[in-house]
Amino acid sequence: MLRLPPFTYRGARTVGDALTYLGDAGPDTMLVAGGTDLYPNLKRRQFEPKVLVGLSGIRELDGVRGSADAGFVIGALTTLRRVAEHPGLRAAFPALGTAAGLVSSPQLRNMGTIGGNVCVDTRCNYYNQTQQWRKAIGFCLKKDGDICLVAPGSPRCWAVSSSDTAPVLWSLGATARLCGPEGERLVPVAALFQDDGIAYLAKRPDEILTELRLPPAAGTRCAYLKLRRRGSFDFPVLGVAVALQMEGGVVRAATIVLGAVASQPREAPAAAALLAGQRLTPELIAAVAVAAARPSKPLDNTDFTHPYRKQMTRIFVARALRRLAGLPESPRDEEEVA
Amino acid sequence: MPKTLLRLSVNGEDHDLAAAPHKTLLEVLREEMGLTGTKHGCELGECGTCTVLVDGRPVLSCLALPIELEGRAITTVEGLAGAGRLHPLQQAFAELGAAQCGYCTPGILLTARALLADNPRPTRQEIREALAGNLCRCTGYTKILDAVELAALRSAGGA
Amino acid sequence: MRGVGKERFTVVGQPLPKIDAWAKVTGETRFADDLSLPRMAYGKLLRSPHPHALIRRVDTGRARALPGVYGVLTGLDLPRVKFGILPVSQDEEALCTEKVRMVGDAVAAVAAVDEETAERATELIDVEYEVLPPLMSIEDALGRPEVRIHEYGDGPNVHKAVSLEFGDVESAFARADLVREDVFYFEGNTHLPMEQHSALALWGPDGKLTLWSSTQTPHYVHRLLGQILDVPPAHIRVIATPNGGGFGGKLDPFAHEIAACKLSQVTGRPVKITLTREEVFYVHRGRHPVLMWVRTGVTRQGEILGMHFRTWLDGGAYGSYGVASTFYTGALQTVTYRVPAYKFEGARIFTNKPPCGPKRGHGTPQPRFALECHLDKIAGELGLDPADMRRRILAEPFTKTANHLTVTTIGLGECIDRVVLASGWRDKVGQLPPGRGIGIACSSYLTGAGSAIYWNDMPHSGVVLRADRSGGVAVLCGAIDVGQGSDSILAYLVAEVLGIDPKDIRVHAADTDLTPVDLGSYSSRVTLMCGNAAIQAAERLRGLLLGAVAAKLGVAAEALAARGRRIGLADDPDRSVSFAEAVVLAESIHGVLAVPGSYAPPKRAGKYKGGGVGPSPCYSYTACVVELEVDRETGGVRIDDVWIAHDVGRALNPLLVEGQVEGSVYMGIGEALMEEQVFRKGLHKAPSLLEYKSPTTLETPEIHTILVETDDPEGPFGAKEAGQGPLLPVIPAIANAVHDAIGVRIDEVPITPDKILTGLRRKREGKPARVGPERLPRFTFPPPRIVESAFGQPADGVAPRPFQGGEEGRP
Ligand SMILES: Cc1cc2nc3c(=O)[nH]c(=O)nc-3n(C[C@H](O)[C@H](O)[C@H](O)COP(=O)(O)OP(=O)(O)OC[C@H]3O[C@@H](n4cnc5c(N)ncnc54)[C@H](O)[C@@H]3O)c2cc1C
Ligand code: FES
Ligand code: FES
Repeated sequence: MLRLPPFTYRGARTVGDALTYLGDAGPDTMLVAGGTDLYPNLKRRQFEPKVLVGLSGIRELDGVRGSADAGFVIGALTTLRRVAEHPGLRAAFPALGTAAGLVSSPQLRNMGTIGGNVCVDTRCNYYNQTQQWRKAIGFCLKKDGDICLVAPGSPRCWAVSSSDTAPVLWSLGATARLCGPEGERLVPVAALFQDDGIAYLAKRPDEILTELRLPPAAGTRCAYLKLRRRGSFDFPVLGVAVALQMEGGVVRAATIVLGAVASQPREAPAAAALLAGQRLTPELIAAVAVAAARPSKPLDNTDFTHPYRKQMTRIFVARALRRLAGLPESPRDEEEVA
Repeated sequence: MPKTLLRLSVNGEDHDLAAAPHKTLLEVLREEMGLTGTKHGCELGECGTCTVLVDGRPVLSCLALPIELEGRAITTVEGLAGAGRLHPLQQAFAELGAAQCGYCTPGILLTARALLADNPRPTRQEIREALAGNLCRCTGYTKILDAVELAALRSAGGA
Repeated sequence: MRGVGKERFTVVGQPLPKIDAWAKVTGETRFADDLSLPRMAYGKLLRSPHPHALIRRVDTGRARALPGVYGVLTGLDLPRVKFGILPVSQDEEALCTEKVRMVGDAVAAVAAVDEETAERATELIDVEYEVLPPLMSIEDALGRPEVRIHEYGDGPNVHKAVSLEFGDVESAFARADLVREDVFYFEGNTHLPMEQHSALALWGPDGKLTLWSSTQTPHYVHRLLGQILDVPPAHIRVIATPNGGGFGGKLDPFAHEIAACKLSQVTGRPVKITLTREEVFYVHRGRHPVLMWVRTGVTRQGEILGMHFRTWLDGGAYGSYGVASTFYTGALQTVTYRVPAYKFEGARIFTNKPPCGPKRGHGTPQPRFALECHLDKIAGELGLDPADMRRRILAEPFTKTANHLTVTTIGLGECIDRVVLASGWRDKVGQLPPGRGIGIACSSYLTGAGSAIYWNDMPHSGVVLRADRSGGVAVLCGAIDVGQGSDSILAYLVAEVLGIDPKDIRVHAADTDLTPVDLGSYSSRVTLMCGNAAIQAAERLRGLLLGAVAAKLGVAAEALAARGRRIGLADDPDRSVSFAEAVVLAESIHGVLAVPGSYAPPKRAGKYKGGGVGPSPCYSYTACVVELEVDRETGGVRIDDVWIAHDVGRALNPLLVEGQVEGSVYMGIGEALMEEQVFRKGLHKAPSLLEYKSPTTLETPEIHTILVETDDPEGPFGAKEAGQGPLLPVIPAIANAVHDAIGVRIDEVPITPDKILTGLRRKREGKPARVGPERLPRFTFPPPRIVESAFGQPADGVAPRPFQGGEEGRP
């Protein structure tokens, strides 16, 4: 049986507790919320913290407040299941509920939190392996080694951002509240990440993500599509989050964010710009999809072949937009209907 | 690693025990408490075999720490039946041959029980979705879906 | 069967719960890892990180010094005998001494106070390796003859090469209206039982050894331990624990079993070793990757005149069952359709990967995939309906095939008719909207291998029944229930013959001290072989009981019947005694009532080398129709419905048969669409349940199962197998349905979305609308052994063994 390495566990009741415990214990400390990402990693010895600071007892961070008109505040400790099932959120930002509801399995969504999902470790099929496996292949840059096994010539790690909710939150213009020893700050989710498989979070290690804030929903239409092999368990190997600000039938502003094609969610601004001030016609959607696929640069380190994932970016962006435009899923269906 | 004293409520009884903090619920149930009805297939959250209920919700015991579960109601397959009486799901699984090797069965029974508690008359698609986190290699799921439907029908009929 | 009117069954044919159902739904069933004993130590194996290397030195000093470590072993602590499941391939060591041939080969073992300590100790063992070039594919292995994985075999890195010709295939081709050639590839995949293998050994102070293990073959493990440990076989006891799924993955003796035994001896403690999921992937013995070439000559009506089939198997690092697997890739092509002339060439190549072996359908799903897609293409070329064409060319019951297999009943015609009707085939084939497709395929499988893996004249299965004065009956049988319900089948059969309730019966299984030998839970042999042995034993017991009751009632034994827990005059319920009273009467005359039953399959092996692989008492038949939808933009396949009709001879319990069929369909879908055991840089690419894709409830369609009964004279009350055969047609039916949907042939399993998109692109570009292997290995098969075709000859009569027939009622 795979087992956890020994650690000391300190359960926090308040954010203040958690910050104190973090400060006490020094660098070998890690935060844990639902543990569904961290514990498998510990069992594979991808991290070996001496102390874990448990956040699950912090009541104040559990739950969803607000409304479509005022915007929502989602506590970082809210489980994915609650996010997925929250009626107000579902109505205002269906893409978020969809993304949360597509994470792994029902059991895991009862345990995993949205904060953990935003901070989830990047993935790579040279990295998400047991210690014996990684040792046999010679270890990689992300842990214990000195080269990237996916791109051996590269100085950086190419592990893949694999969160389902992060691209959606980004596309919706959400902000994150971070609490650290020096106080708290609000940062756009878009600024929470950086394109490095190891240091994928722009947040400091001693900061706790406490809340995710969503702006008022008025005029927003959003969708999330996820590519994976099976309808359950599997991480995204491509995620497409689209948010449109609509005015009448016209797109006022658009954000397209791709998940699982880089070490952070990857925005496709050039493609989104094509939409501004336009109506959603099949022709425009096709052009936007081609443009959106350009920043998608998957490598061969997840399930499916990477050319396939690249190819699917265009299809998925088109499908997301067609769904928002009320068109049939694929142009082919349209021809057949016509 | 020094052990910590824990009080866990398992199957309606309080148990006092000592375990190191890094021992998962799966290990404590199986190795400290002798409750080997909870099985394991991966210990990484990838199969659902180790599912137990915490406050009625299915969770993966291989990724849960007992130290976080004090005061919560834990239910394992051993606690599914009442005294001397099988749960309607157990009865239906036995009658319809929904357990072949039976290794996935405890986790599936508990997941199904949580489903029926929330939704006493689920559609077949709802059952599929609720059980999408439990792998079974033997049955092709068909008899499992049938058995959950049968148990739901009987429970609704007051059986 | 005498005495039990088939029309008057009371137990057989009923949808009863399994006798162990209650234990399984309450968590009471104790699997191997659920066992623990006082003072038990935990064991762990150190495994090779290299696919191919010489072992220069192993230093266990630091591991031994670790507090909490009770014992450390290397291969030098074990007797230096190589072993293997087949007598012809004795090429394994539990702990390698000179060379490792794959990542995952065990080199040392530790027992310690707990699993963490044992694992830490393995990390402290220093092994010096001299790395050798890894050979990771058939092409590598054949292309570098100077690098040798093993010293034995039929050529450099060639484990086995076979070539057989039955009848004149070339002249058949010359007469044919159409001769078609195709090439296919079937990627390897693995069993993936949910239970990870586990073994608990106790070497007692009396020098006797007990092993509890999640094995499908306690008898072979027993024999093997006797050969390779310094302990007389008579002092070894192997108890198979209920398997949490096997599918062929627990059929070889494994390093962890042997290491647990030896560690128990050196530490004086019980030792348990449970594999991790990753280790299970390395232990493997699963589906061989097979490259296939087939050429068939047919008439305009699709009647086959001759067939030539070639297979190249990527065997992995060891022999395992591989010689049998090789023959199986060529054996069963002839039992579904009439094939008057047949030529088969096959080669199994060693590579530095986990050894392949028997997975559900052992060696036959790969050629079945090829054959059924090939036939579909032939039907297409001839403009024939693929279902009708198959229906017309079926093999004849009670005849021999070209390669000397005797087939008995064949329900395939009815199977085809039933799935064609149920699926609405006629309104759908070629007529569904673009992207939707329907496909058909057929298959056949053994009901038990006709030969044991070691040559002998003894029974393949034995049962002992002990009747108790309480009215209960104990069934002792060496077979282990792997979830298919074999214990229950024994109870049903015995209950049927003795006129009691299955509840009155307790089955004690798979304990080499207590139960007569059964060869193991493989080749779909248990229901037929143990079942026939159980019926023989039950009839003998009934004879004793009837005789005693007849004496008491003063009537002729022939006038008595056993029903409803009573024995007496069939037409006069007042003149009868309870079953328990009957036992008392009989025990008073005969003493202890313990009677044996034995079974061995008919000796029908063809008289040529290799003729031992393929014969079976009888064959099951299956036809399958799949309807699916292909997303032409993503290449995704969604299977909506599967209709499958299976000739099971007789459904002893229809619920259990359906369960086997449904499970087979499920596994077939996984193999067809997503499962693959692939390697990168010498390592398994994805040894986890997350990345090895096993379908969930959401990928598993509705399965419509139809049972067809043919009442086979060889089977217990007419039954044939159901546990493996139904997997076979699913995979080609899916491939054929994909072709119907999009006009593209994917001649390679698994059929993944990117292959589908590649096929669609080629089609758009006007290239051949096909994705599949383009090249064949450069390999010269040995000259064929020419054997006369036995096609169409009537089935031989059966010569009963000394322990069969003529002895009824006299144990
Ligand atoms: C089999 C399996 C399948 C999965 N599939 C998916 C999937 O499809 N999609 C997907 O998105 N994820 C998936 N996951 C990953 C993970 O389960 C989810 O992302 C989950 O939401 C993580 O939440 P958690 O609370 O369990 O995180 P934890 O494991 O507790 O934490 C994850 C990381 O975030 C940090 N962290 C957690 N909370 C905070 C906080 N409040 N402030 C600062 N840092 C914090 C932790 O230190 C840790 O590094 C899967 C995991 C498994 C085991
Ligand atoms: S053991 Fe597989 S999910 Fe817990
Ligand atoms: S019954 Fe065997 S795994 Fe489900």
